[in-house]
Amino acid sequence: MNISGLLGQLFAIVLALLLAPLLTGWVNQCRAWLQNRTAPPLLQPYYMLHKLFQKDVVLADGASPLFRFAPFVVFGCMLLACAIIPTLSTDLPFAPAADTIALVGVFGLARIFISLAAMDIGTSFGSLGGRREMLVGFLAEPALLMVIFTTAMISQSTSVATIVETLAHREFIIYPSLAFAGVAFTFVSFAENARVPVDNPATHLELTMIHEAMIIEYSGRHLALIELAASLKLYAYSCLGLALFFPWGIAEGASFVGLLLAIPALVGKLAVGGAFLAGIETINAKMRIFRAPEFLGTAFLLAVLGLLVRLLLETRV
Amino acid sequence: MPANLLFIDALLIAACAWLAVGLAGLLAPRNTRFISKTLFPFGAVVGLAVGVVALCSLGNTPETAVLVIGLPDLPFHLRLDNLTAIFALLLGFVSVGISIYAAGYFRKGEGTAPGLLCLEYHVFLASMLLVLLADDAYAFMVAWESMALSSFLLVTTDHRHAEIRRAGYLYLLIAHIGAIATLLSFGVMTANSGDYTFAGMRAQELSPFWASVAFLLALLGFGAKAGLLPVHVWLPEAHPAAPSPVSAMMSGVMLKTAIYGLLRVSFDLVGTPLWWWGVVVLAIGLATAIFGVLYAAVQSDMKRLLAYSSIENIGLIAVGIGLTLIFHAYRMEALAALAMTAVFYHCLAHSGFKSLLFLCTGSVLHATKERSLGKLGGLIHRMPWVAWLALAGVIASAGLPPLSGFISEWLLLQAFLFSPGLPHPWLNMIVPVAAALVALVAAMAGFAMVKFYGIIFLGQMREENLKDAHDAGVWERVGLVWLGLVTVLLGVLPSMVILRLDTATRQLLGTGLADRLQAQGWWMLAPISPERASYEPMVFLAVIAASVLVGRWLVHRLYHGRTRRSPAWDCGYHFQGPRAQDTAEGFSQPIRRIFEFMFRMDRHFPTARDEKPYYSVKVEDHFWYWLYLPVARLAEAISALIVRLQGGRIAVYLLYSFLTLIVLLVVARP
Repeated sequence: MNISGLLGQLFAIVLALLLAPLLTGWVNQCRAWLQNRTAPPLLQPYYMLHKLFQKDVVLADGASPLFRFAPFVVFGCMLLACAIIPTLSTDLPFAPAADTIALVGVFGLARIFISLAAMDIGTSFGSLGGRREMLVGFLAEPALLMVIFTTAMISQSTSVATIVETLAHREFIIYPSLAFAGVAFTFVSFAENARVPVDNPATHLELTMIHEAMIIEYSGRHLALIELAASLKLYAYSCLGLALFFPWGIAEGASFVGLLLAIPALVGKLAVGGAFLAGIETINAKMRIFRAPEFLGTAFLLAVLGLLVRLLLETRV
Repeated sequence: MPANLLFIDALLIAACAWLAVGLAGLLAPRNTRFISKTLFPFGAVVGLAVGVVALCSLGNTPETAVLVIGLPDLPFHLRLDNLTAIFALLLGFVSVGISIYAAGYFRKGEGTAPGLLCLEYHVFLASMLLVLLADDAYAFMVAWESMALSSFLLVTTDHRHAEIRRAGYLYLLIAHIGAIATLLSFGVMTANSGDYTFAGMRAQELSPFWASVAFLLALLGFGAKAGLLPVHVWLPEAHPAAPSPVSAMMSGVMLKTAIYGLLRVSFDLVGTPLWWWGVVVLAIGLATAIFGVLYAAVQSDMKRLLAYSSIENIGLIAVGIGLTLIFHAYRMEALAALAMTAVFYHCLAHSGFKSLLFLCTGSVLHATKERSLGKLGGLIHRMPWVAWLALAGVIASAGLPPLSGFISEWLLLQAFLFSPGLPHPWLNMIVPVAAALVALVAAMAGFAMVKFYGIIFLGQMREENLKDAHDAGVWERVGLVWLGLVTVLLGVLPSMVILRLDTATRQLLGTGLADRLQAQGWWMLAPISPERASYEPMVFLAVIAASVLVGRWLVHRLYHGRTRRSPAWDCGYHFQGPRAQDTAEGFSQPIRRIFEFMFRMDRHFPTARDEKPYYSVKVEDHFWYWLYLPVARLAEAISALIVRLQGGRIAVYLLYSFLTLIVLLVVARP
């Protein structure tokens, strides 16, 4: 660990905090354009956060300390996730703290807290949301792990930094297994980020909500933190996907020039990814909740297939 | 001769002390105060001593002792090696928490007299210690059976209820089927040499066929005690029937003695394992884990839920053992060491968090007199101590960082991940699929645990009388805090723990993880190398804690910290009573629907015409109908045949003797 590494790490965290709401705003903007609506300004999520932070917290009568504590934990988990995923450089002092398996664990921890908080007030929507979130979670988590296993098998490591270094900086090889893993990862990230085929971030229609149902009793700074955490999660997933499947442009050391070049690369990739996400959300309709197991089951099977392709076809080469 | 006092002597003294504490309970069997406030704490001190002695003995050369008791020709042989020490350490440290808790738990006038209970409990503890120390088949079986009997008596503490007697009977029955299999396995391993010591068994060179027979019998025998499929049915019956400290002891410690037995036989006694043993254990373990977690998710009784969750965890441990056997059979000792460390770690972690959770249900049961999830809720407001400690147990049980359950799952997944290069092509294919299923089990454990915690402790109170619930007493709190500490420390200091565990891995496999772990700092867990995989729970925790604190400080500093209370919003719906929340059945409805084929369900749906509409669902185990009832019917049919022979008339019996004589004369002609 050295000073430049630490600075790079802090810079990555600050960048995540700055870029994450922007990414959400960009996806919303693209979606509005594709759906022939007038788009909200790009900075709309910031205005929202500012407004929410200013408001008083209106706490439901039955709320326990867990309810007030949970938004901070969820926010902390997402910040940790953003800190260990290489966005600009692979030289991250915090990266050894958690490898990819632990990264899945971080998302799991955040999910448990938000689901428990949803059940805390004891309203019909809260527990409904918590139950659905855990359902989606337990279907998505193994698929995500399998995707990660495929990449880990290629690089013989579960450390995110090493995986990215292997995939980005060795000779260019096309791995068929990564194609399966990539599709599976896309499926999983739609589900995990409460996006359209599985959930609808814009809905408040009671029968269809998952994420929104869980946070329905939150207000003020708690809601702001949860919204920020949701943005960070989308950012973390996007960066993880980019780092695993499109790692070009991420600097290997902590050189200043490398970082300078990595920023436009990251922003460009995120912009394309966000537009892609908006496109998918536009051309798809939300599924019934009991179609979600099929959707995520497909992702799981694809991921396992990717792993088997890796083991059976690619190791002999 | 204190200078010559060996660790094994200290452990024997501890076992005697436990027996003495138990017998002291008979002096005043009805004096609840004396028994709970004096004897149980003393038992806890003995437990602490056992744990500390076992910890100190790790890494020493094995010590042996011979007791003069036993059969005339066959005294008790005892031996303390590193494998024994690991499990003795688990027994000692976990029993501290449970005994302290029990000091506050047992009250006047509930079932068995407290003095008797104290005797049974401490005999149970002492016999578990003797199981671990035994070094010949005879001593092992004596201790094993005392353990089964004392725990049977503990399970049936509340013997006035018919279902508890039934649960106890089922437990005893399956325990004995297991004991017979274990005994036969030892018999095969002695190979007619007449030497019943474990040293004699190690010396035998069994042919692969007989080694496999011995191994499979041991798997059945110890599997019946551990709760592996398909001999698991006693577990979800017996655990809820027993008083909570006993459930905690059975789930946390007794199941691990079975794991100890399996490890002892397969890695120490029977000789070199064959690769397919590992596949068998792996497959059974996976089936058990999936079965356990699915059934845990659909239970409506909190202790049954935890019992099924124990089945799941035992399944995961078996998966680890299977993987270790596969690697060991192919002489891939580094990977075998990784998988075996995961096994040991999961034993320790599961003991800690499952005991903690069972004790938490005990406090809830005392405070509310209610075991059904559908009648609980909102207890975090009345029982903050229990609720927050249970949260630690729940997070560990869901296998999430930074607590203990995650470490073992992480190690297990690492062992799966770095397994390419097995000589068998289809083994290579099975291993990642098994890893995928382990990941599925871990994720589903989260669902079951959110259900457990959310429905008991969060939400609105589902019944009026829950308002009078009280938090755990001081003794109970101390016991819970102890186990909570075990769970947290196992979670954040994995390297230090694994360095201790390493001696046992080294003893069984000849190699361990210590060298590579010592190369890094105590805060980092990197079993192979930091480039390949690493996890630093302290940094992990510190980053999250720092983000929480800094985030909170910043928000309060830049904006404000104003809060006001109002009724819940709930999308503006007017009716917000406790009935609007998910019930236990409602919460698990997605699981029942997606995995419908796994359950045998008996459902009643209300119709519009019902006078008194109600909804009910009863989930039962397929195995009960597919396996147990046919066997029971067969046994009854055979008994019915035999009954026919017994006419009760002396003339008929004389005829039998006469016929037998004739047959013998014909057959046994010189």
